[in-house]
Amino acid sequence: MSTVVLLTMTGLGLGALYFLVASGLSLIFGLMDVLNFAHGALLSVGAYAAWWGASNGFGYPLALLFGTGVGTVAAVALELGLIRPLYQRPREQVLATVGVGLAVPALLSAIWGADARTFPVPGVLAGTFTVLGAAVPVNRLVLIGAALLVLLALKLFLGRTRHGLVVRAGVEDRAMVTALGIDVRKAFTLVFAIGGAAAALAGSLAGLYFGSVDPTQGSSLLIFGFVVVVMGGLGSVSGAALACVVVGLVQQFANYYTTSGLGDLAVVVMLAALLLVRPSGLTGRLA
Amino acid sequence: MTTSAPLLAVRGLKVVIGGRHILHGVDLDVAPSGVTALLGRNGAGKTTTVRGVLGLLPRTGSVRYDGDETAGMTTHQLVRRGIGYVPEDRGIFAGLTVAENLRLAERDPDPAYDLVHELFPELKQRARQAAGTLSGGQQQMVAIGRALLNRSNRLIIADEPTKGLAPRIVTEVAFALERAAQAVPVLLVEQNLALVRRLAEHCVVLADGRTAHAGPAADLLADAEASRSLLGVGRRATTPLGPKGGDH
Repeated sequence: MSTVVLLTMTGLGLGALYFLVASGLSLIFGLMDVLNFAHGALLSVGAYAAWWGASNGFGYPLALLFGTGVGTVAAVALELGLIRPLYQRPREQVLATVGVGLAVPALLSAIWGADARTFPVPGVLAGTFTVLGAAVPVNRLVLIGAALLVLLALKLFLGRTRHGLVVRAGVEDRAMVTALGIDVRKAFTLVFAIGGAAAALAGSLAGLYFGSVDPTQGSSLLIFGFVVVVMGGLGSVSGAALACVVVGLVQQFANYYTTSGLGDLAVVVMLAALLLVRPSGLTGRLA
Repeated sequence: MTTSAPLLAVRGLKVVIGGRHILHGVDLDVAPSGVTALLGRNGAGKTTTVRGVLGLLPRTGSVRYDGDETAGMTTHQLVRRGIGYVPEDRGIFAGLTVAENLRLAERDPDPAYDLVHELFPELKQRARQAAGTLSGGQQQMVAIGRALLNRSNRLIIADEPTKGLAPRIVTEVAFALERAAQAVPVLLVEQNLALVRRLAEHCVVLADGRTAHAGPAADLLADAEASRSLLGVGRRATTPLGPKGGDH
């Protein structure tokens, strides 16, 4: 029983990380039709900024804020500097984001080396707590709590604010939003900032989960972020939330009860099976 | 062409889509009051003209709105200068509620919900219903309601607002457009010549992506031969409209 509890909590913690990556990715694709392969780079930027802050005496909460802030600024700069000039050229846009996705890890390697750097985890988050006989690391709870807060914040933003209304409408019909006199480019920048913030938060929290940061962490998590986005339904935050739980749990249980590494394969097989049955994903709609 | 200074003046409008020339040079004036009808057979370029004017399609040529050239403006900048747009496909956001669809169109500090709900009481009753679950007629009411919501609008562009609607709804839409036209000029793209006869003072006819005729609507519709050659219909094709609230 304790093994099942531990696997469940670890799976949910991993799913929480996937959700933080996937929620922004999903909104960005849903609204802007941009397949943002640089999203993993934003995660890495957040992770390294948080690591740098935590290693330089910021304290973990401040380091977390710093990492998230730096990732958000990087996302806005990316949207304004690279994505926006290429809106009418989707192929070049994809190539540009792939380029950033490759360049940022290379840059991080050049500055801090290719080896993983130990993340200074504060003592209060390094311990465990007991649930039904299982000693569960506290950081799993932090990850799950952060993902739930982000989910709640996104739901409130999408459902209760005018900007959220514009985003939801833009996911359905961008041209019509423009024809109502709304500058949809502002919504693009806002969504990119939100997505970047969530990815950078994921990066900052990934240091807790894995105990270290490395330049390729973002790229690895991005793959599962895309899986969650496709499974949840493009543009659907609720779908991403549901899919990340399924992916995290299946991955953990398959890895434990079969062979380590088979969890990744199980996730891909599950994605393929789902797309055969429901091509639009679990929900296929926003929020 | 109209005699007073037009609110919207289009000259030599050309649109190329996928290497294919859709518009070859459309000239069009919208009078500063009343209804100007944009007519033509299917595929003549009416919707492309509207979308080109609004900047929803890349185009060349001159589009002057309220005296200003719009070439450097984006669609949202042009619309914010006072245009209400009812697109051919209604442009409803299916996943949003009726109230959210209307709220999205708000630009004025005091939106004209009183007018919209007076014309279409159903929209108030169905405010919380997802727009995608409405009937075609109800969706058209939302689309027209959005265009009428801003009192600061100076032009309404309605692209085939009665297309595919039941006769009773056509009558309601006609009444709404008639009310709108009392306050702001309307550019009406329409195939329903009974509606054109009832509402429009001026008309412009397109054929093969060019302006083929411009003048008083009544004159064109009274001329059976011209109607037949330009629009492909005779006068018998113009079925009458019922009064608002009629039981057609």
